[in-house]
Amino acid sequence: MTAPRPAPDGAIASEPAPAARLERVEELQARIRGMQATRLDTRAVPTHPALASVLPGGALREGAVVQVEGSITLLMAALAGPSRSGRWVAVSGIPEFGVEAAARFGIDLERLVLVPDPGGQWLTVAAALADVIPVVAVRPAGRLAPAEASRFAARLRQRGALLLVDGDWPGSDARLELERSDWTGLERGHGHLAEREVVVRVTGRGEVGRGSRRRLRLPAGDLGFAAIDEAAAPSAIRAVEPVGDHEAAIAPERGEADGPTAASAPDVVHRPEFAARAS
Amino acid sequence: MSAGVRTVVLWCPDWPVLAACREHGIDPALPVALTEKGLVHSCSPAARRDGVTRGLRLREAQYRSTALAVLEYDAALDHRAFEPVVRGIEAIVPGVQVLRPGTLAMRARGPVRYYGGEDAAAWALLEAAAGLGVAGARVGIADGPFAAEQAARAAGTGRSVGAARATTGDPADPAPGRSPGAVLAVPPGDSAAFLAPLPVSLVADARTTTLLHRLGVRTLGEFAALPDDDVRRRFGAAGAFAHDRAAGRERSRVAPRTPPPDFEVEQHFEPPLERVDQLAFAFRVRAEEFIERMRAVRLVCTGIRVELDDERGGHSSRSWLHPQWFTPADVVDRVRWQLQGSGTADAGLEAAIVRLRIVPERVDSTGNHEEGLWGGGPDERVHHGLTRVQSMLGHEGVVTAAIGGGRMLADRQVLVPWGDRAPERAAAGAPWPGSLPALAPASVFRERLPVALVDAEAAPVAVDARGAISAPPASLAVGGGRAAPVRAWAGPWPVVERWWDADRARRVHRFQVVDHDGCAWLLVRDGEGWWAEARYD
Repeated sequence: MTAPRPAPDGAIASEPAPAARLERVEELQARIRGMQATRLDTRAVPTHPALASVLPGGALREGAVVQVEGSITLLMAALAGPSRSGRWVAVSGIPEFGVEAAARFGIDLERLVLVPDPGGQWLTVAAALADVIPVVAVRPAGRLAPAEASRFAARLRQRGALLLVDGDWPGSDARLELERSDWTGLERGHGHLAEREVVVRVTGRGEVGRGSRRRLRLPAGDLGFAAIDEAAAPSAIRAVEPVGDHEAAIAPERGEADGPTAASAPDVVHRPEFAARAS
Repeated sequence: MSAGVRTVVLWCPDWPVLAACREHGIDPALPVALTEKGLVHSCSPAARRDGVTRGLRLREAQYRSTALAVLEYDAALDHRAFEPVVRGIEAIVPGVQVLRPGTLAMRARGPVRYYGGEDAAAWALLEAAAGLGVAGARVGIADGPFAAEQAARAAGTGRSVGAARATTGDPADPAPGRSPGAVLAVPPGDSAAFLAPLPVSLVADARTTTLLHRLGVRTLGEFAALPDDDVRRRFGAAGAFAHDRAAGRERSRVAPRTPPPDFEVEQHFEPPLERVDQLAFAFRVRAEEFIERMRAVRLVCTGIRVELDDERGGHSSRSWLHPQWFTPADVVDRVRWQLQGSGTADAGLEAAIVRLRIVPERVDSTGNHEEGLWGGGPDERVHHGLTRVQSMLGHEGVVTAAIGGGRMLADRQVLVPWGDRAPERAAAGAPWPGSLPALAPASVFRERLPVALVDAEAAPVAVDARGAISAPPASLAVGGGRAAPVRAWAGPWPVVERWWDADRARRVHRFQVVDHDGCAWLLVRDGEGWWAEARYD
């Protein structure tokens, strides 16, 4: 797999910059590797279409450990797909898990089990849950030794359960995190939160080498989740991206808190105001 | 017209009060009243002396008797507490009908022949009742259950009507404790005369009573004197039935109950047990026996009540439901949970346990709980797994969620322990003016986090009485963390609840704030300061 052949459709669309082509090739390679599962019979768990576009292989897999960090909404998006297809889901160690939001985002409360405070027994509880419930989300209450983690992973594979982790997990299969989020609908003094655009960054073992990013509406205005088509009309994030290079696009955004820059002009509507106020 | 069947009625005065006092450990000699829907349902003799009567409003009752202890009337408790009395009476006289908790009827023929006379039978019943802890019971004997019950109520009031004779017991053997006039026997055929002076409201409902009063009929005697056919034509079947009762020729008979099989188990511990695990171990055999006995008659138990007595006289009673049916291990688990709460299994108890009793509250035929031909469904596996987690963490450790009504987010999520039924709550679908827009926050903090919201001059943002903010917020620090500039905000959205109730009143202002990292917060301003209620993350 060292010499990537250019994908056939990549050859046709030869206009974009070389960096964009390279990225496209990487993405295709990731998809190929995702389809060539490293293990035998790892079956896909029904995944929300918005999240499927993010994940390597296009779906969550049974027996996998996926870290979902820093966003309960993202975790709910991962739980919504299996729940909607009739599976039980369990959430352990996340006492602030918002039940109403979960219901609105499509998680069936009839098949949702919460263990708000497993305390020191969190690993035992997670194992007991994973024995019977196909999708389990946990927040580790302490550090986990790699040996324990691999024993746990073997158990998950045997049971065909999917583990979502809000926190650290040695040797997880993939890791999803929010890189930035932009709310719309709320202004300075009026409006209310309506929807937000996020950039989800996926890193992981093997299948996704350097990490890929994907823009999602999480949640969209209709309380659903949706992937944002990259080719769609210019949005807040798209507008400030130098064409093609994602790494370069994100870095200045993050550094922006230190000092207002002129580049953020077409960004979120209220930001120039803030810049004026802070200076 | 034949007279009614000779009947004995045993009446325990103020039974609901007695049962409630026993359950709550109150001395029944004190003024006690039970209320139902804000009205006095029944009261103790002491309360009655103070002027409390049935149907009085609670406030009026408390005004008349200032030391009144008020309890909620619980019909289930009434029946439950009466059950041992029924069993005790059935042990000496078979074929007993429970007219209502506190009142028993039985045919007179058997006991009269066995004990050799109506008085002897009556005193045997009273002695049995006294042995069961019911003091001051009364017995009435007359033709038909209705007349016998009225005789029992008349006994002891010193009212001697017509030819009725109140006995003072066998004069040859004046046993101690035989209160005079506890038995009133109306001679056969004299029931109509005995009933004649009683008010007509005893047999007719409120509407008919009013009508009869307007017609000038005030007593049962006057009602009974009306021609049979006219009463039937004017008042229908119910009127005819009441007419028969008033005339002392009641046709209804005693319908003796079939004693239900006895499944409850009770275990006394001597010496008392001080640890939960000891108790669980000691009880395991009885728990198996409890379930096995029910299984033998093809029943499963879906609800039990666990009663515990400790050596300091404490009493704890709680009902437990099961989503499927109880196995012996489940029963032992419930006992443990009731004792330890959320503590661990080897924790010591506050007081050693001397008695444990398990009563089945809901039983069902096994036919309704039969496993499918290919074993139970996946939900059954889930249930077993969750029960395991529950036995690790305690009953409250595993919860399911539902959405309830309310304005604050914490009110809207209802967490129910696995296996319990969701409580009846206000409807989530109601409009709830003042609640949040459709987008719900993903993180709802169980305990609100303190936050600092300051304006451009670093002064805390305040909301005045008219709901106006002092200055636009400029910077937000959550939980004592680093202050971050505010990107966007909206508010205040006032929530004013239950202003009529000083303890539960709530008056807060809500804000939505997006900080500079793009994280959105739902903030609450109350009298004490700023809090983060939830986070949109």
